[in-house]
Amino acid sequence: MTVPLDLPDSARRAKPEAGLAGMGGTIQGRSLGQIAWLRLRRDRVALAGGLVILVLVLVAIFAPLVVRLLGHPPTEFHEDLIDPSLQVARGPRGGISWDFLFGLEPVNGRDLFSRVVYGARISLLIAFLATLLSMAIGTTMGIVAGYFGGWIDTVISRLMDLFLAFPLLLFAIALVGVIPDHGFGLSGNTLRVAMLVVIIGFFGWPYIGRIIRGQTLSLREREFVDAARSLGARSPYIIVRELLPNLVAPILVYTTLLIPTNVLFEAALSFLGVGVQPPTPTWGGMLSEASRLYTIAPNFMIFPGLAIFVTVLAFNLLGDGLRDALDPRAR
Amino acid sequence: MSTPEPGGALLSVSGLRKHFPVRRGLIRHTVGAVKAVDGLDFAVTTGETMALVGESGCGKTTTGRLLTRLLEPTAGSIVFDGHDITHLSQSRMRPLRRDIQMIFQDPYSSLNPRHTVGTIVGAPYRLQKVRTEHGVKRAVQELLELVGLNPEHYNRYPHEFSGGQRQRIGIARTLALRPKLIVADEPVSALDVSIQAQVINLLADLQDELELTYVVIAHDLSVVRHIADRVAVMYLGTLVELADRDSLYAAPRHPYTVALMSAVPIPEPSRRLQRDRIRLTGDVPSPLNPPPACRFHTRCWKAQPVCRQTEPPLVELTPGHQVACHFPEDVPPATPAG
Ligand SMILES: Nc1ncnc2c1ncn2[C@@H]1O[C@H](COP(=O)(O)OP(=O)(O)O)[C@@H](O)[C@H]1O
Ligand code: SF4
Ligand SMILES: [Mg+2]
Repeated sequence: MTVPLDLPDSARRAKPEAGLAGMGGTIQGRSLGQIAWLRLRRDRVALAGGLVILVLVLVAIFAPLVVRLLGHPPTEFHEDLIDPSLQVARGPRGGISWDFLFGLEPVNGRDLFSRVVYGARISLLIAFLATLLSMAIGTTMGIVAGYFGGWIDTVISRLMDLFLAFPLLLFAIALVGVIPDHGFGLSGNTLRVAMLVVIIGFFGWPYIGRIIRGQTLSLREREFVDAARSLGARSPYIIVRELLPNLVAPILVYTTLLIPTNVLFEAALSFLGVGVQPPTPTWGGMLSEASRLYTIAPNFMIFPGLAIFVTVLAFNLLGDGLRDALDPRAR
Repeated sequence: MSTPEPGGALLSVSGLRKHFPVRRGLIRHTVGAVKAVDGLDFAVTTGETMALVGESGCGKTTTGRLLTRLLEPTAGSIVFDGHDITHLSQSRMRPLRRDIQMIFQDPYSSLNPRHTVGTIVGAPYRLQKVRTEHGVKRAVQELLELVGLNPEHYNRYPHEFSGGQRQRIGIARTLALRPKLIVADEPVSALDVSIQAQVINLLADLQDELELTYVVIAHDLSVVRHIADRVAVMYLGTLVELADRDSLYAAPRHPYTVALMSAVPIPEPSRRLQRDRIRLTGDVPSPLNPPPACRFHTRCWKAQPVCRQTEPPLVELTPGHQVACHFPEDVPPATPAG
């Protein structure tokens, strides 16, 4: 069906508003996202965080290459470099040298640098995937609760309270402890990674869910939602086309802030021995082993600890910068 | 769809009510109701502009949302263009939405900040699956030109425009589907006074060009003076006076209208002297618990015991002039209309 747009000629002479004529020139408008990006580019601290994250992600992805160039295979023993009586690296500084950038692991003499590099893979993989899962569930639940309200909101909100009150660590320890070696077509550490992602991700959604629900509650009162409705828009259209674009900012910010939480959670589980199993290196696992030896081999504890610290800090700095750049109140 | 002959009623409303339940407690039981709209009767004829005027909180926006069926009435009926739309489901309502559009009060909230002007003004075509002869972009640019905006600004975002320009964008969106009826909810109250006249004039021009019927909502009588054909004055969810524009402005009959009118500046100093300025005293009572009988009696300087006991019906005192008051103001002796 076509609408006749045969406007009478006289209809085309509406007087333009004063000040409009001068607005010619550039025709492409700047979206709020572009403005936020410009603001973020001026935030050095956030950019530094972003840069560190970029390096970490590249290192994790290209871990085999990095290790080939700068280290030794992560599971290769170098017992010849270990002092047999003390069980730590011969020489000063825990064996730090051009050959072993972070020194050697006590007892078996594995290359600490390679193990920290490979540890980034597990840590970031689990944190990213778990955050993605939390975000997907949290965003969906938050929008649905906030938009539809009523009993749907009540049910989802109570569910969020329930999840937040859950003794997650204890539950995770119990659950991961009984993971079989095979299941769902996966086996060994692949299965463990999948389980960790599901457990961490599934219990993390209420954090994002609450924020999205709150934002949706206020967005749904805005008149552009009524405008869409008065044009005959259905709920899915309003949620996807009208609300979601306005939720990108909080989703982005809280995703960035949930990742470091999940890095820490994965490290804690590995520290407690219920994460990914050795010999696959994990930061938490290394810390756990190092905690018994830190007086004689401080580098064994310092480097994985530093890796966790830098990762968490970088994500938090970027997240805070994003929040400032996207803050609607600053607009 | 039937098109009533000019002069016929495009929209008629009778006994229209909207009560918002007030819920309390854990089990959210109903403890009362906000009687936002509490029994409206009026009709709007094709091609006219009817103004709906009243203080903030008297139920104007709620009425507008009922007419556009963003809300479902609690009672009464709304007949639009021969269709009873009172309780139509959203899916049955959808095709009719082409003919009824709404201009919103707040131009800062009525445009999605994440969409370009092109997306916003083109949304009606997409939502109603209407194909345009030369594509949506062309249609949108024609609409922008029609409302006095630069069609080159198609790709700009709402935050790059002033309040007046934003309101024009909103107006362009309502025109996209060439509606028959436009409900404009305080279309200029959020704008600078200097811009208000421009937007009102634009609405008047568009009405001539596109043969539109308007229900224009305003909170004071001066805004609609030049655009309205008839004026309905609303107080706490009910109509207290409904009259032709000239008749109402020349001789308001309801005390509330008189009070509202005294807030309107009078052009001629000679007449200004004749009229005492009446200040409305006291707060507007809560629509949760409106005063019985005449709802205005708590603030009316003419109130008598009967006003607290019997509700004055809206009756036609002179042709085309309806008033709901036991003691309406007298018509002043015939003086040359000013
Ligand atoms: N969704 C709602 N729920 C409860 N009360 C409402 C709602 N919308 C409006 N009201 C109440 O109805 C009354 C009339 O509101 P409104 O129609 O917005 O008035 P106006 O537009 O004339 O200022 C007010 O008391 C308002 O608080
Ligand atoms: S009915 Fe009585 S109280 Fe109500 S407006 Fe008229 S005079 Fe005033
Ligand atoms: Mg209002």
